Amino acid sequence: MNPLQAVPLAVAIPVAILVVLGSTLTLIGALGFARLSSFYDRLHAPTLATSWGTGGIIIASALMFSAIEGRAVIHEFVIGLCIIVTTPVTLMMLARASLHRDRAEGSADLPEAMRIRPDPPALD
Amino acid sequence: MTRLIPHPVLSLSMVMLWLMLTRFSLGYLILGTALSLVAGRAYSALHPAKPRVRRWRVIPRLAATLFRDIVQSNINVARLLLTEGRGTRRSAFVQIPLKITDENALALLAIILTATPGTAWLEYVVETGTLTLHVFDAAQADHYRDVIGKIYEPMLMEIFE
Repeated sequence: MNPLQAVPLAVAIPVAILVVLGSTLTLIGALGFARLSSFYDRLHAPTLATSWGTGGIIIASALMFSAIEGRAVIHEFVIGLCIIVTTPVTLMMLARASLHRDRAEGSADLPEAMRIRPDPPALD
Repeated sequence: MTRLIPHPVLSLSMVMLWLMLTRFSLGYLILGTALSLVAGRAYSALHPAKPRVRRWRVIPRLAATLFRDIVQSNINVARLLLTEGRGTRRSAFVQIPLKITDENALALLAIILTATPGTAWLEYVVETGTLTLHVFDAAQADHYRDVIGKIYEPMLMEIFE
């Protein structure tokens, strides 16, 4: 028997909704990523995928396999935790690299007030 | 005790993580514990600022607020992305003076702002305590200024300072 047939309807419906929600948000994020024109705008598009995009799919997966195996399957949430903790690092690195480059070039993408960074104090 | 287990919370959560990812058995428990103790010692070699959580009670409130904000801004950003090119959306750089200085509180704020679509953390200047954000929808700039200054910052201060 197909293991999917063992899933009760009351679980299958929320799982389906969450999977569709998660994948739709990820798709919208990817579309935005392709269509947006400025680098700083593009920083925002993938955050749809890293918040509810991942969230929806993770919750759906946990529900589904908890129902099939008859015990709490929660290790998916570790993926979520790792994504939440690591995205700020990547995002900041990209953002600061871009800021640094735009400042060095005096790019018009930055507002006047942001073109110079206050100098860090001299190291002893 | 402190020398052997410099970061008990970190080590304990790593053991839990290890057991969640593997099947529970005595062998895995011992291996996971050994690894987490080594990791804890390695981490303390970095001399991180030790998080001092003063009020645990605020954390569920913070989590609930964050959850609501993430749902809300997911809807907003998804709508803006779908109407991209037709609407009049502009993005903006926003500078916000922060009162919090604790490293761990700042790290948590960075996670909060990154997890919330629509805001991206660009830089934080330690000397002036100024945070620069990039906001996807310029019309919401004041909203984010309020949310950070009046909701998240006081909560983080209550937790860490």
